[in-house]
Amino acid sequence: MEERKRVEIKATAQVRAVMEQHFRELDEADKTKNRKIAWCSSVGPAELAISMGFLVYFFENHGAMLGSTRTANDYIPLANAAGYSPDICSYLTSDIGAYLKGETPLQRAYGIEHIPKPDVLLYNTNQCREVYDWMSWYARELKVPLYGINTPRTQRQSREDVINSVAAQIEEMVPGLEEVAGRRFDIDEFREVIATSRECSQLWEECLDTAEAQPSPMTFFDDCIHMGPAVVMRGRKEANDYYKILLAELKERVEQGVAAVEGARHRLYWEGMPIWGKLRIMSELFARLNSCILVSTYCNSWVFSDLDPKDPFKSMARAYSSIFIGQDDNWKEDYISEKVKRFNLDGILYHDSKTCPNNTNSRYAMPDRLSEQLGIPYLIIYGDLNDLRCFSEEQTITNVEAFIEQLEESR
Amino acid sequence: MTIYAGIDIGSCTTKAVVIDQEDNIIGSHVRRSGVDYQSVAREVLETALEGREWDNIPIVATGYGRHTIDFAKEVKTEIACHAKGGFHYAQRALMLVDIGGQDNKVIKIDNSGHRLDFKMNRKCAAGTGTFIEEIAARMAIPLEMLDDMARKAEKRVKIGSYCTVFASTEILAHIRAGVASEELVRGVFESVVDRVMEMIPLADPILLCGGVVQYFPIVADIFRERMSGEIIVPPLPQLTGAYGAALFARQSAD
Repeated sequence: MEERKRVEIKATAQVRAVMEQHFRELDEADKTKNRKIAWCSSVGPAELAISMGFLVYFFENHGAMLGSTRTANDYIPLANAAGYSPDICSYLTSDIGAYLKGETPLQRAYGIEHIPKPDVLLYNTNQCREVYDWMSWYARELKVPLYGINTPRTQRQSREDVINSVAAQIEEMVPGLEEVAGRRFDIDEFREVIATSRECSQLWEECLDTAEAQPSPMTFFDDCIHMGPAVVMRGRKEANDYYKILLAELKERVEQGVAAVEGARHRLYWEGMPIWGKLRIMSELFARLNSCILVSTYCNSWVFSDLDPKDPFKSMARAYSSIFIGQDDNWKEDYISEKVKRFNLDGILYHDSKTCPNNTNSRYAMPDRLSEQLGIPYLIIYGDLNDLRCFSEEQTITNVEAFIEQLEESR
Repeated sequence: MTIYAGIDIGSCTTKAVVIDQEDNIIGSHVRRSGVDYQSVAREVLETALEGREWDNIPIVATGYGRHTIDFAKEVKTEIACHAKGGFHYAQRALMLVDIGGQDNKVIKIDNSGHRLDFKMNRKCAAGTGTFIEEIAARMAIPLEMLDDMARKAEKRVKIGSYCTVFASTEILAHIRAGVASEELVRGVFESVVDRVMEMIPLADPILLCGGVVQYFPIVADIFRERMSGEIIVPPLPQLTGAYGAALFARQSAD
């Protein structure tokens, strides 16, 4: 099968450097105890922890690394044997399994021996309950304090009483964090981090929006790499510096007509989690089929437009309670519809991720409803974020090829 | 005479069809795909050609092994080829149901032959040809006896599991309970139809194809019992994909 040549995004080298800096700082803090370390769920109260001097480690990011390095399946069985079902979040099972085995992809990537030991564990159930169960395991194992926010999910709208409750829960974390940090909370420092985080969101959103161009300068598979700083470094200047570089390059690509997929004939949406261990194969498959996946729910999940330094607790509560995954299907369908129209898309791919029901939106007939409303076809890809036992490459390739043939026929 | 060939390298069997310029089938052959797709495909095609020269014949490959055949000029998915072959036979809007060795497909086709939508079964083999083979092996009944046996069943046994292994366990429980083999075999075919009907709401006319329908005509009869509309079965349902591939070969050459 022919392989497609493409003009690589130059900033890829810089994103790797930013990510390396993130892990090196954590490793140094782990070894020297020069900084306190907070583990935090990916859409958790990171800004609060940063403002209090913590370095933040994102355990879901570690899960994604286990997936993308295709090592997850070495570890999932260990967690299964420890009583964690193969049917639950494979980020959780692969991460706990890796911990039990004393291994991490950081060893191979950076020569870092083990994940940094936390001083405190933080979570927000705005994405799923699994982050709480996951961190509860570490709280028992490592005997470190666990603080969390319990956010209602499947909301029709961001209700003020919910926002007030979540804001109160964030504030309630402060005394515990002060005790672990050994220092006082400072509202102005918090405002500053919120402002930096908000700028990161804006820059990342602008990067993603360059995909409106025809041809798109970036694919969903590129986004999965370049979103790293928005996940692990938001609230810090380094992330914003990086996105300014990326945005400039993407704008230049748009001006020069540099395509992420040369000669792409079909513009597609990806709904759901990436299949981390198969990003390259999927990227090459769609490129070979002259198709560009250029918008996704997942990579847009690190855009928090509601953050406002003037009202840091409440605006953070609003931003983190109104994320896509926490809303009901009506809200989600409006969101996807807007993207499909604005980005001029020809079809939607839904990833039915076996162990991630919260980030799977194809199980309650949304594909049929949206297809009828938008007049574009869809395909459901059955797989998983990390557990490759749930993914059939052959069946997926056949389904994708047939879907693209169908798009070709309807042109 | 100008001829065209389609070859369908399926998970269980490889099928070749050779057609003339009027789309008539002038040769065909089927055999197990085995492990060496390339040489099996070559052998099946040679047999289907019945001694004709095969240099410069337009050939389209389809099926799971489609990318492994170096002598095919073009590659199409089995979804495209089944739709093509099925529509050519029926010549009207329809839903095509293909029950193959390891997967089931349902394809919606409009009245000009365009595919509107398709669904394939999920990862599990329950409801496919492999499922029937597995159960027959478990019950030690030769495959060729299954259709007759199922027709002798006086009652129906429900086999509800999605999973081939769990379905086998269900059958063992029925055997322990003294259920007649005929009823169990009938239950197996009923469950194949159940699995298809769970994929998508079916609407007639329905064209059934694939090896399961060819070797076990009772499957089509069960569809007819369950549904009031028209159920079409082409003369050689197993060759639908290979025939569609041959039609694509002619279309590309023309």
